[in-house]
Amino acid sequence: MSITVSAHPGSGDAAAVPPPSGAASVRRRGPVIPLRYAAGRVAGALVSMLAVVVTGFFLFRVVPGDPVRALTRGRAVDAAQLAALRHQFGIDKPLIAQFGDYTARVVRGDLGTSYQYKTSVSSLIGSHVWATVYLVGTATLIAAFLGLRIGVRSAWKHGSRADRANSGIALVLWSMPTFWLALILIVVFGVGFGPIPGMFPTGGMSSPNVHGFFPSVWDHFRHLVLPCVTLIAVLYAQYLLTMRATLLEEVGADYLTTARAKGLREDDVRRRHAVPNAMLPAVTLVFLNLGTAVSGSILAETVFSWPGLGSLFYEALTVPDQPLLEGLFIFFAAAVVVINLLAELLYPILDPRVRTS
Amino acid sequence: MIADFRHRRAGLVGLAFLVLTAVAALAAPLFISAEDLSAVFAPGVPRQAPSGHFLLGTDAYGRSMVAVTIWGARISLTVGLLATLLAVGIGALVGVAAGHFGGWVDTVLMRVTDWFLVLPVLVLATALASVLTPGVGTVVIAIGVTAWPTAARVVRAQTLSVESRPYIERAKALGGGHWHVMRRHILPNVMPLMLAQATLTVSAAILTEATLAFLGLSDPTKVSWGTTLQLARAVGAVSAGDWWILLPPGAAIIAVALAFTLVGRALEQVLNPRLQERM
Amino acid sequence: MNDVLRLENLYVSYKTAAGPVPTVRGVNLALPAGGRLGLAGESGCGKSTLAGAVLRLLPKSADVSGRILLDGEDVQTMTWGRLRAVRWAEASIVFQGAMHSLNPVRRVGDQIAEPILVHDRGVSRTAADRRVATLLDQVGLVAARAAAYPHELSGGQRQRVMIAMALACSPQLIVADEPTTALDVMIQAQILRLIGELVAEHGISLLMISHDLAVLAEHCDRLAVMYAGRIAEEGPAGEVFADARHPYGRALAEAFPRIGDAASRRGPRGLPGDPPDPAHLPEGCAFAPRCTFAAEECRAAEPALAAAGEGRTAACVRVDVVREAG
Repeated sequence: MSITVSAHPGSGDAAAVPPPSGAASVRRRGPVIPLRYAAGRVAGALVSMLAVVVTGFFLFRVVPGDPVRALTRGRAVDAAQLAALRHQFGIDKPLIAQFGDYTARVVRGDLGTSYQYKTSVSSLIGSHVWATVYLVGTATLIAAFLGLRIGVRSAWKHGSRADRANSGIALVLWSMPTFWLALILIVVFGVGFGPIPGMFPTGGMSSPNVHGFFPSVWDHFRHLVLPCVTLIAVLYAQYLLTMRATLLEEVGADYLTTARAKGLREDDVRRRHAVPNAMLPAVTLVFLNLGTAVSGSILAETVFSWPGLGSLFYEALTVPDQPLLEGLFIFFAAAVVVINLLAELLYPILDPRVRTS
Repeated sequence: MIADFRHRRAGLVGLAFLVLTAVAALAAPLFISAEDLSAVFAPGVPRQAPSGHFLLGTDAYGRSMVAVTIWGARISLTVGLLATLLAVGIGALVGVAAGHFGGWVDTVLMRVTDWFLVLPVLVLATALASVLTPGVGTVVIAIGVTAWPTAARVVRAQTLSVESRPYIERAKALGGGHWHVMRRHILPNVMPLMLAQATLTVSAAILTEATLAFLGLSDPTKVSWGTTLQLARAVGAVSAGDWWILLPPGAAIIAVALAFTLVGRALEQVLNPRLQERM
Repeated sequence: MNDVLRLENLYVSYKTAAGPVPTVRGVNLALPAGGRLGLAGESGCGKSTLAGAVLRLLPKSADVSGRILLDGEDVQTMTWGRLRAVRWAEASIVFQGAMHSLNPVRRVGDQIAEPILVHDRGVSRTAADRRVATLLDQVGLVAARAAAYPHELSGGQRQRVMIAMALACSPQLIVADEPTTALDVMIQAQILRLIGELVAEHGISLLMISHDLAVLAEHCDRLAVMYAGRIAEEGPAGEVFADARHPYGRALAEAFPRIGDAASRRGPRGLPGDPPDPAHLPEGCAFAPRCTFAAEECRAAEPALAAAGEGRTAACVRVDVVREAG
């Protein structure tokens, strides 16, 4: 009654694998990011970019109105000067022609000339972008580190008092307007409230008249604290709540019971099995939430007069400086498209299930 | 289902608070007169700290902060609800169409939806609002136009699951046209989840309204929580440390947004038992 | 005691918002070393809970009382450290639904090697890998399969991986919880034969849980039938299958006819009604509502497990009537 229980592949077998010799060569490495997947994603990103460019054009011209009139409000100009201005800004041409010009220059990287600063939008963006990256980058790193870790612990011990407290705090922070938190921080820590003296500067990235390396570093740090905390608060809540929800989906999984049955410690079950599975959507989450970070930076920079793209955006709003608004819109949207593409390309590296499909 | 909701304490607390707020907002004209809100003929001295006469102090013009905060609920809630109506309306249309018709309709609609989701909401809303004349209507449109994608996705997912049910096939086989099937079968089944999603959207809408108002894109003559805060900053109340002008509107925004979030989450859990573990 | 597993008066109740739900109600079982015991029953009767209880894997909401003796040691009173040492090394489980019981983002070879590395701190990675290759060979898979992810394997292959994993630490007892559910019939037969052979070859005791009485009858020495959290009937496998004393056992046997078996000539007959809701059990015998032999005395009190033949027990007061009905 002995039946050869040989290596008969069952029906619907995966692709045949040539049997290498030895236990060590059992680790096979296939293509990490499938080519078709990558090509598809890049194509999608290009389409999105195109959509960004088109939207950028029509969004700011959807309202019939005369930007030249808005610019020259309150100043005595005659018809000839108005016509000359219109010609200078190219708005006397038909819409299609304008779109053609616009696309041609955007593709070259020329985002127009700002009405208020009279310099090219691209150069303005270039000079302001690093301040924003500095602020948003620092905040994202800290918020992700805290939010993801506490989210994991909350989910693992969900229902406990610590979990409820953490989730509660996160929900409150999530319901808090970013700009309001900024204002409160200024009042409490910047100006001083009751017994607490004003501890942190409330404007700009650094103070003038600070010399020397270490005093300068300290001064920069002091200026960074309040705007950074503002951004961290909102991002932290977002990361915590989403990571917690993601991990909770894994918490009841059968493979965790298998891991426990094998004799692993609870910590190891969490660290080696649950967290890696939950990390995949969590990492993409950090990338995809860049939109929230951008929105937050606009407000934080505005309130704290931080010399980045956010306050540039706010200033453009008040005029309104249409070319600058348009350029910033295109830049923000394009940045998000690129980051999303990176997140999508990263996914197969983290989740082997996506590799073979 | 209602019995289930009753068990969720957080949702009940949220709901109770919202009812209270709605009552206060609707009844406001009964005990707040036009003089209380007049910028020119304000009843009190501007920017006074809380005292016996004005429990929460006075704002930049001299109006009672209590009056201003309660009155502000009217605009903020109205905008929040209207914008959500717009967003969920568009979202439902897109979602049901995509889920029901499938094929290239679905692909195109979903590409558009995904693209909208990618854009930073505030940037889009702000850009839109800057192009239109500042005002409450603008804010409503800006929020509505930027908040519909999330609703569309949720509705589409629900539509797809409803579409796969056998009685839909039967309805179609019996000659039910698209409109008929969508109206009598899909919509009633999609409604509950849409309601949960809408509640969450209101929360976001209120926050966005405050932000847009703060950025100067709303009507400054209308008293809302956002315009109050914008005004405070404009007159230097922040650097002077006039905390009583900042605290009430902010606390109100947090409380109302949180309440809507709690109710929305409770609804989601009731409708989708799989989510029950999450809170 | 040379019983590798003994359950004494096991009660398991789950704490829910609506009150306690008794899932296992006073179960006594014994599995001698080297023996093969089958546990049959419909879904919801408590058999999976029993399997989980053996290695103390039930969630915190489960209230367990009674004794679970693994080679003479009570699992319930073991220290945490001792429990972790015992898990997998003395008793392992082949879970049902391998797609969900395996970690989807780790290679199967790593998952099979994991308990080896956990239980034997001194073993090197290469030695563990060699053992993995041997195990895969024993279950009929190519050694190269160790590099695959669970989703890259077929259902039958995944189940073989689960079996290889269960053998990894050379346990004394394997609990197979519905090892062939969700597999094609042909694959089912292969897997069951595989389990039978490996268990015999290594001298491992087997507790096999299934709803398929015929399968259990073929691969086990003794058979216990479970209903609504209690043992309804117990005895030698072939006898219980061919000639059940408890009405439920009889119905279960008739549901899975075997070709060529004279007793099955009448074809499969379903059982009317649904399994009882553990939170709302009826008065008296839990099976009475669906039983064709039910009488007044059945609804009065829940029958205890009593002798019903040579080496057989059944929890039914109408055993004689059932026997006469043939």
